[in-house]
Amino acid sequence: MPAYLDVLNAKFPNAFTTSAFRDNQRVQLDAETAPRVLFPLLRTLKEQCGFDMLFEVGGIDYLHYPDAVDRYCVVYGVLNTTTGERLFVKAFANDPDPVLPSAVPLWEGANWMEREVFDMYGIAFTDHPDLRRILMPEEYTSFPLRKDYPLRGHGERHNFQHLTRAES
Amino acid sequence: MPLEAVAQLDDAPEREFLYTLNFGPQHPATHTTLRLVLTLNGETIVKAVPDIGYLHSGFEKLGEDLDFNQYVTVVDRMNYISPFANEVSWHTAVEKLLDIELTPRCQYLRTILAELARISDHLLCIGAAALDLGGLTAFLYAFNEREKIYNVFEAASGQRFHPGYSRVGGLMNDITDDVVELVRHFVRTFPKAHSDVVRLLNRNRIFVDRTKDVGILSKAEAINRSVTGPIARASGVVRDLRKDQPYLAYPELQDTFKVSCATGGDCLARYLVRMEEMIQSANIIAAAVENIPAGPVNVDLEDKLTIPDKQATYRSIEGLIQHFELFMWNRRWKTPINEVYAATETANGELGYYIVADGSGKAWRARTRPPSFIHFALFPHMAEGHQISDVPAILGSLNIIAAELDR
Repeated sequence: MPAYLDVLNAKFPNAFTTSAFRDNQRVQLDAETAPRVLFPLLRTLKEQCGFDMLFEVGGIDYLHYPDAVDRYCVVYGVLNTTTGERLFVKAFANDPDPVLPSAVPLWEGANWMEREVFDMYGIAFTDHPDLRRILMPEEYTSFPLRKDYPLRGHGERHNFQHLTRAES
Repeated sequence: MPLEAVAQLDDAPEREFLYTLNFGPQHPATHTTLRLVLTLNGETIVKAVPDIGYLHSGFEKLGEDLDFNQYVTVVDRMNYISPFANEVSWHTAVEKLLDIELTPRCQYLRTILAELARISDHLLCIGAAALDLGGLTAFLYAFNEREKIYNVFEAASGQRFHPGYSRVGGLMNDITDDVVELVRHFVRTFPKAHSDVVRLLNRNRIFVDRTKDVGILSKAEAINRSVTGPIARASGVVRDLRKDQPYLAYPELQDTFKVSCATGGDCLARYLVRMEEMIQSANIIAAAVENIPAGPVNVDLEDKLTIPDKQATYRSIEGLIQHFELFMWNRRWKTPINEVYAATETANGELGYYIVADGSGKAWRARTRPPSFIHFALFPHMAEGHQISDVPAILGSLNIIAAELDR
């Protein structure tokens, strides 16, 4: 068993589950415990387990995915730069109000990556210093990487005022 | 971003002395479409707010609709300076998901071509960085070499810019002897061009003055801000996935290259690290190209993972069946219902793909870990306090590729 699991088990008993696939190790937090446990768990990983770099933050929408329980998921990938050990922390969230604590107080690198998750999935991060849309325009109202957002279509074009050459 | 929002961001007390300058989105020194909203005090940057998304084209949404082979064409267009490195990274993740062991010949070919892509990327970065600082000649020397690399890709795949050459479990086709000859020719002639650039820039007074102690990134900040690749190595973070978790043919080529690092963390250090990495890459290629193993380039047809070649498709019933199995929209690959992350060391840093699979032949989610996106977030940290003329130096040393930045 990896060393970080002893530390996490002692500090957060029964708060998370683990899984593994190929060489990926994962720790999952369900939607009920994630808002409360995610930040202290990441802090423990950073300060006590040697995972000093956050290399990846990405969102996933599990709507209609086989055997999925919660809908949204944010994947935090942490890396120990000395040993090269990697761990993924998956924190789930649900409609109507998906909110998770931000990792920016721990790693400045989370800033833009969390903004992208917010932009694409509408998952809000509390205590984020600058939670604005990053890739889509400010006026945009939808979250394009959600599974209920269509792949094809006219998109949000009808939301924007149509200007002819004479009017502009 | 509306300008009112920028004004709200700015809470400096001496606001009346400051003014706002839009740098981009159409500015020659940004190279690609990205915009910086700079708040200036005279010529000193008080605040820099990057505004991105001008090239956002929904690549990750497309990744959920295209299958593992089709998506290669999109992946090519992320970092279009070194497209083959992206293909290798994408298929490394797919092959990890499907548990495919590549043939030795394919591993070597992918390694050689990915290293050529790295040299191509570094040449553009260095040439353009010098160009922005007024040194046109180095740019021309660098692009002359890139032309030879494009010739290699053209000979191998038929396409110069976006080869689309990699396939699940192998490559589109095996290479011919011409490709080997072109690679040998490149390896022979590259050191001379490299030393030309070195002599043009390394002791160039203007170039050194404008890059030394500009845009400093400390080692602790580099780790805290998720930085990888040559930018992290220039700040003293000794990490290279080719050494730390070797993939493809790198385990056998460990003796041929060293990890190049610097401690300065400024634009000059990043330039020097890239220059040294090109020499190391050329060493890898020189060793690998003489040792390409014989044998098939794709995994065995029996595994039902690779597209059979035309001979097998038209002349055997098994080949024909498998061809249709992989091309019919309701068949394709059987994936485990699981998710996987795999990363490779590309020219800009760690390029990773996080694939969630739902059992069908398409990805449920194809998340990219884009190094350009993460590195551009450094820009305000590096630029604030510097002069406006340092902006091209910093941008040039970060090597931001907007297509990968916005995807």
